[in-house]
Amino acid sequence: MPLHAYLVLAALVFVIGLFGVLTRRNAIGILLGIELMLNAVNINLVAFSRFSGDVAGIVFALFTIAITVAEVAVGLAIVIMIFRVRRTVEADHLDLLRG
Amino acid sequence: MTGEALGFWAVAVVLLAASLGVVLSRNLFHAVLYLTAFLVATAVEFLLLHSAFLFAVQLLLYAGGVVTIVVFAIMLTERLVGETLTQTNRYIVNGAVVSAAVFVAILGFLLRVPGDEAPPGPVPDTTAAVGLALLGPFALSLILLAVLLVAALMGALYFARADD
Repeated sequence: MPLHAYLVLAALVFVIGLFGVLTRRNAIGILLGIELMLNAVNINLVAFSRFSGDVAGIVFALFTIAITVAEVAVGLAIVIMIFRVRRTVEADHLDLLRG
Repeated sequence: MTGEALGFWAVAVVLLAASLGVVLSRNLFHAVLYLTAFLVATAVEFLLLHSAFLFAVQLLLYAGGVVTIVVFAIMLTERLVGETLTQTNRYIVNGAVVSAAVFVAILGFLLRVPGDEAPPGPVPDTTAAVGLALLGPFALSLILLAVLLVAALMGALYFARADD
């Protein structure tokens, strides 16, 4: 398959994830959308690595995966913390900083 | 149609269907199950790109680790609420318009660069090359990554600690 096929596929997954981030009400749902977007980037990185023959793309994808896992752990801990305090994980209700 | 192309299209269909399920399903738990399917499909995509190491990492870290954590979070919040987390989407039209605009913008960039040629011959062994790169030119980044993981662990512990 040519490089464009992988890039277009990744772009589609990315915008689907973006749609999820924009439309989900639940904070966990928003995190799932971010997961989709980050995985789309990984597909791009690995495809570039394959087509350029440079292994750096795979290493970058590895770093992205590790950072994403850390982000999910901290993000979900924050969600659970917010839930304990506010009794909701609806993003619309989390308006403590509204002026 | 070659075997690689056939595999690509099969995985692409699963990938897109699962990602649509993640953002559109009303039951959050079903969304996580769709996410699992999506992550496995991404792993197969890595395999098609001759990156067996990332295939294993993706399955272990994402399909094994991340999904477990998310299920935990859903169970915790659901149990405390005492009702199933159904969730509706809002601003669907606005979200679709913005997403479509971003897609068109990305496509505009993509089609301007050449990318129609077939991939070069199979790389001998990407796993060994990744190992050498991680301990060679990327050694400092690897150590920084370890520091980041420790920081994330302590951050998660701090946020999730019991109130006392």
